[in-house]
Amino acid sequence: MEEHFENEMNLEFISKSANEAFARISVAAFASQLDPTIEELADIKTAVSEAVTNCIIHGYENEFGVVKIHAKLNQNKIIVEISDNGKGIENIQLAKEPLYTTKPNLERSGMGFTIMESFMDSVDIESIVGVGTKVTMSKKIKKEETNQEELSQMTSMP
Amino acid sequence: MESKFYEKDKLLVFKITEEIDDHSVQKIRRKADYEIERFMPKRVVFDFNCVTFMDSAGIGLLVGRYKFANLLGAKLEVTNLTQSVNKIFEMSGILRLIPITTLEESIA
Repeated sequence: MEEHFENEMNLEFISKSANEAFARISVAAFASQLDPTIEELADIKTAVSEAVTNCIIHGYENEFGVVKIHAKLNQNKIIVEISDNGKGIENIQLAKEPLYTTKPNLERSGMGFTIMESFMDSVDIESIVGVGTKVTMSKKIKKEETNQEELSQMTSMP
Repeated sequence: MESKFYEKDKLLVFKITEEIDDHSVQKIRRKADYEIERFMPKRVVFDFNCVTFMDSAGIGLLVGRYKFANLLGAKLEVTNLTQSVNKIFEMSGILRLIPITTLEESIA
């Protein structure tokens, strides 16, 4: 069955750490169409920041490369794919372990995948050594909690 | 990041004013280590009041400064954790190592 997506966007940028903020803010701006809470938006920003940082530091090891983001909105769900054509992950299971890092000398905490997994509903990692890595994350935006009072407060904002 | 050293209390306060990610920590780290070495404080406090975003780079930053401060005989503390910052710290278990403190009115 062919899936129908309500909205989609693509983003490509070179692997400079200055683009981490650009990437998370762009995805958050796109996700805001689903009317998320401030906390949900913060979760998405953090997860995107972790995945993009991984592409830059681990995928490309701070060398030149291109990071790609493909995001889709489907009903009340956002799906974000973040990929690189970098060195790939040898052992995904190990990479996901909390506190595991291949770069302790760079003061990396090894919490990247743990944060992605706890801030998003699902995180899927595909990687081929020497070819690249793609992380696909999704999060459902829960709208039920917005009550009338909050709505009237929002509409009265300048 | 702004910093202030209180000579009388040998207290060095870093007020982080930028978003904390892998990009910004490089600069924060350099400045913090330079100032810790320069002032040789007894207490180092990171103030997160103005931090609107932090990812796991913040954990690496604090663990690194904790080790560096320890080496030079200083104690590291954090203050004014915002909700999103607190969420990341709780998850990492770093607060078992680095206590949350409050700064006296005159200082904060």
